[in-house]
Amino acid sequence: MTHTGARPKSGLATVIGLLWRDKFAFCAALFLLVVIGCALIGPLLLEDAATKQNLRGRNAPPFDMERDWEFFFGADALGRPLLVRIIVAAQNTMMIAAGAVFFSALIGSTLGLAAGWLKGRASQVILRLGDVIMSFPSLLLAVIVLYMLDPSVFNIIIVLAITRIPVYLRTARAEVLEVRERMFVQAARVMGASDLRIVFRHILPVVLPTLLTIATLDFAFVMLAESSLSFLGIGIQPPEITWGLMVAQGRPYLTNAWWLSFWPGLAIILTTLSLNLLSNWMRIALDPVQRWRLEMGGRKND
Amino acid sequence: MKKFIGKRAIASAISLVGLVILVFFLSRLTGDPTDLYLPVDASMQAREQFREINGLNDPLMVQFGRYVADLAVLDFGNSIRRSRPAIDVVLEGFAWTLWLACVTMLLVTFAAIVIGSLAAFRVGGVFDRIATFFSLIGASAPDFWIAIVAIVVFAVNLRWLPTSGTGTIWHWVLPVSVLFIRPFGLILQVVRGSMIGVLSSAYVKTARAKGVRNRPIIFVHGLRNGMLPVITVIGDQAAGILNGAVVVETIFGFPGIGKLMIDSILQRDFNVVLAAIMVSALAIFLMNLLIDLAYALLDPRIRY
Amino acid sequence: MTDHLLEVCDLSVEFHTAGGTVKAVQDVSWHLDRGETLAILGESGSGKSVSAAAIMNLIDMPPGKITSGRILLNGKDMLKMTAEERRGINGAKIAMIFQDPLAHLNPVYTVGWQIAEMMTTHGTPGPEARERALALLERVGIPQPAEAMAKYPHQFSGGQRQRLMIAMALAFKPDILIADEPTTALDVTVQAQVLALLEELQAETGMGLLLITHDLGVVAEIADRVVVMNSGRIVETGNAAEVYRNPQHPYTKKLIGAAPGKGAMPAERDRGGEPLLRVERLSKHYGAFHALKGVSFTIMPGETVAVVGESGSGKSTLARALLRLEEPSGGQAFYKGRDLVTMAPRDLFGLRREIQMVFQDPTQSLNPRMSVYQLISEAWAIHPEILPRGQWRERVAELLTKVGLSPDMAQRYPHQFSGGQRQRIAIARALALEPRLIVCDEAVSALDVSIQAQVIALLEGLRREFGLSYLFIAHDLPVVRDFADRVIVMKEGEIVEKGTVRQIFEAPRKPYTRALLAASLDPDPEVQARRREARLAEGLLTA
Repeated sequence: MTHTGARPKSGLATVIGLLWRDKFAFCAALFLLVVIGCALIGPLLLEDAATKQNLRGRNAPPFDMERDWEFFFGADALGRPLLVRIIVAAQNTMMIAAGAVFFSALIGSTLGLAAGWLKGRASQVILRLGDVIMSFPSLLLAVIVLYMLDPSVFNIIIVLAITRIPVYLRTARAEVLEVRERMFVQAARVMGASDLRIVFRHILPVVLPTLLTIATLDFAFVMLAESSLSFLGIGIQPPEITWGLMVAQGRPYLTNAWWLSFWPGLAIILTTLSLNLLSNWMRIALDPVQRWRLEMGGRKND
Repeated sequence: MKKFIGKRAIASAISLVGLVILVFFLSRLTGDPTDLYLPVDASMQAREQFREINGLNDPLMVQFGRYVADLAVLDFGNSIRRSRPAIDVVLEGFAWTLWLACVTMLLVTFAAIVIGSLAAFRVGGVFDRIATFFSLIGASAPDFWIAIVAIVVFAVNLRWLPTSGTGTIWHWVLPVSVLFIRPFGLILQVVRGSMIGVLSSAYVKTARAKGVRNRPIIFVHGLRNGMLPVITVIGDQAAGILNGAVVVETIFGFPGIGKLMIDSILQRDFNVVLAAIMVSALAIFLMNLLIDLAYALLDPRIRY
Repeated sequence: MTDHLLEVCDLSVEFHTAGGTVKAVQDVSWHLDRGETLAILGESGSGKSVSAAAIMNLIDMPPGKITSGRILLNGKDMLKMTAEERRGINGAKIAMIFQDPLAHLNPVYTVGWQIAEMMTTHGTPGPEARERALALLERVGIPQPAEAMAKYPHQFSGGQRQRLMIAMALAFKPDILIADEPTTALDVTVQAQVLALLEELQAETGMGLLLITHDLGVVAEIADRVVVMNSGRIVETGNAAEVYRNPQHPYTKKLIGAAPGKGAMPAERDRGGEPLLRVERLSKHYGAFHALKGVSFTIMPGETVAVVGESGSGKSTLARALLRLEEPSGGQAFYKGRDLVTMAPRDLFGLRREIQMVFQDPTQSLNPRMSVYQLISEAWAIHPEILPRGQWRERVAELLTKVGLSPDMAQRYPHQFSGGQRQRIAIARALALEPRLIVCDEAVSALDVSIQAQVIALLEGLRREFGLSYLFIAHDLPVVRDFADRVIVMKEGEIVEKGTVRQIFEAPRKPYTRALLAASLDPDPEVQARRREARLAEGLLTA
């Protein structure tokens, strides 16, 4: 069958159109935009409200219509409004996850591309490096960072980034090994294209969607990991705040003030869920071969 | 086949060596354990004695050399905190985690395979949508939060199950359930994706043309072909539990290797930390080997 | 009038796609009786496989829909049967074999088990099924049947795998066998054997055979009647020989006209002077396996040299070695006097301008993420001395016109074109570097027959206009007959015979060349019948 059609009008319009086909992914994208919004401007606007202690309102229960909107989710042990704190904590949580994913994706993918293209000694060394990192317990690394350097946001980012490098490395390498055998790569070699041109112009665009999809999933994983570390007490330290830390801080009050841990945990779940949904959508939308599933919403027989 | 195992053993050994070196030196960097084990007002003399006994005064390289020599005869030294051989402490903890991991992964595998395959059979159908929905939520939830909520609901409020400890089989229900959720969500997704591909393959078309019924098509023709990518993920998840079911073990008071490792790290009990890492790494190496062998078992085209 | 064994009446099937509703077949009617062979002939997109898929209930019904028609099996309408009844018919009364046997056999179960499953599914007890499976393996000519039962599909050759599928299909003694392009993926000599096997089995069992194909030669060899399809409709039907001699519909005439190997052979030209390419004892081995065993030949300027061989002959390895996509293990290849094999990378880079390649599958050889303009102009990005950037757009338009496409297609992407158009784009890309020698690695094998003829005509035209030389690799002799000056026949890494096209086609010397010629199927049923008798006489069928 021949399709005759000019290229679609604008990239953004297409993306929104494809997103709309998958309602879940659309909602997920909206939710993430809200979260990002909170992360960007939350602390700017609400920093004071988040830290203002109100010892009379300690552990105030949620859904109390009498009080201000800030106390809709209740208040924590020091009387600080939970809703506001969650909004403000979004920044650290997002920043750490985003930073870790960015660095690990960049370094891991580059190493993976190299390992896949080069073959031979260099490739083996890079693979072994990935193996060693994979067997390294991330906890130990976190503790060392905590005791050696100061447990700042930046250091946590580095720790998490290092532990995730092997994921991108292995995937990038496997993809490169497969793509390099394809005919259009051979055609480029026959034309005399240099290695650099082939890797960046031909191989990378094919590998990128997979890496992006994995990065989205990984974002969720890193968020959970950071939350766990904070929960165990070896991640972010007060007065910095993240959602994971909020859950940890609410643990002693579980029986009488469940909302202290519940809301931040819910925030984590919803964000992670949105990322998963978006990642599922990306896997289909970014693959020109699979894209028809979104364009027609069903299965096709040929 | 033997050559294959041999090559893998060597490759893993190199990684292991690198790991040991890194961990040894880095763990020493976290500070002197003396301060943790002796009371604050202990005399300098007491401190010196402590250091002397535990060999902490010698230069780092010497300590390392001694350690390697001991390793060669499988002597991991003593746990500073517990005054027992480190390896015993570690193996005890490891046994608990191993049980936890096995029970959980068995349940996960069975449930994910059956549900994922059925979901893939009618893509987009009601069953598929429900299964996908729950699996996505499952894959997104932080285990510590679920654990907390579960304790509050089931242990405190409803009083159906104990809050922590390891006495009876009921003590296992909550930890296993909590550990079950995330891997189940992830593996269900992988099974579903893989089976969708398999069920639209050419040889399944042949099976339909032969008049084979639906159940054998899914579970005989399809399943074995769809398992290969799934096995990799199962291995990863199992490794994850073996290495770090820390949170669950901590919350439920399960004396597993995750809890042991973090306690030892915080208490600077070096020998236990190192022994625990060695045991974990070895377990992971064995599991990866098992997975590769499973590949060969499943797919006759793969032969070492 | 008695019922036909199988009859399709006014069948219409449509599919819902992103681009709207596609009518796959419209008002299609045909019938099949016992003991006869009906061929459905059509190119890709003609809908030839759709009615067979409808019969076997293999169409996915959400996107697909049968909008009208009946399918009568011995008079009963199958479309009105329950799913369980249809399932009972599949394999038991009507069986099907497919085009790519490797993909269509389950890779993780033994061959014996898969054949036996056909019987156990329909009620045969296990041990009896296994016994019969063994007998079937022997009947279809699998060597060492007892050991073969426990082997896996990947351990057999292509032709053997198709025999396995046939054995499996016949296990429950169906009344009808549907064969969907059964020999398309097979070597020429193997193809003849498999078709002969099908004919024998049909004679033995008296079953009806429905053969779906795009190849006129297959129709000529085996079909009694033929139905010609185009764009979902039947355009002509009748007795195979009649339709060939006296085609009514323009489309049928076009198909028959496009069949390769019927035109005049190129006149022999005397090409004096230095050879453009002189290959001496070129070899390539992968460990213990020798893909090329010392191959020597020459190409003169302006000449088309065809290399013909079946799978495993080394012809693709030859192409790849010449272009240094693989490193040759030995030998020399002198291009204008300089040895390609030992050339340094820098000189090789310069030489890329002179020798280019057109690949077999244009879907795979064009980067799906690059526009036509980017694909063609990449050549000049790599070799900037050919053309300054300002002139790129103009030149791309020129090249597109030269290969028969419109210049405004430059902004489109490969997936928006048909197979033939994509190959033209690939040719334009090869021309961008202004080469002297183009290696065509099975450049037309993946195209429909009528498109093949067009692309070959294009190549010929370009050769005359630009004075190009071609090394044209093919797996089938008729294709090169109207096009090549000289032909090289290869087998298992060696050259079996070399000569002018006239020599090879009219006076082949070596037995393998003769076997290859004999195995190629002539689209004329009468010619083919004569050939068949000659083959039987010579005993080449059992080779």
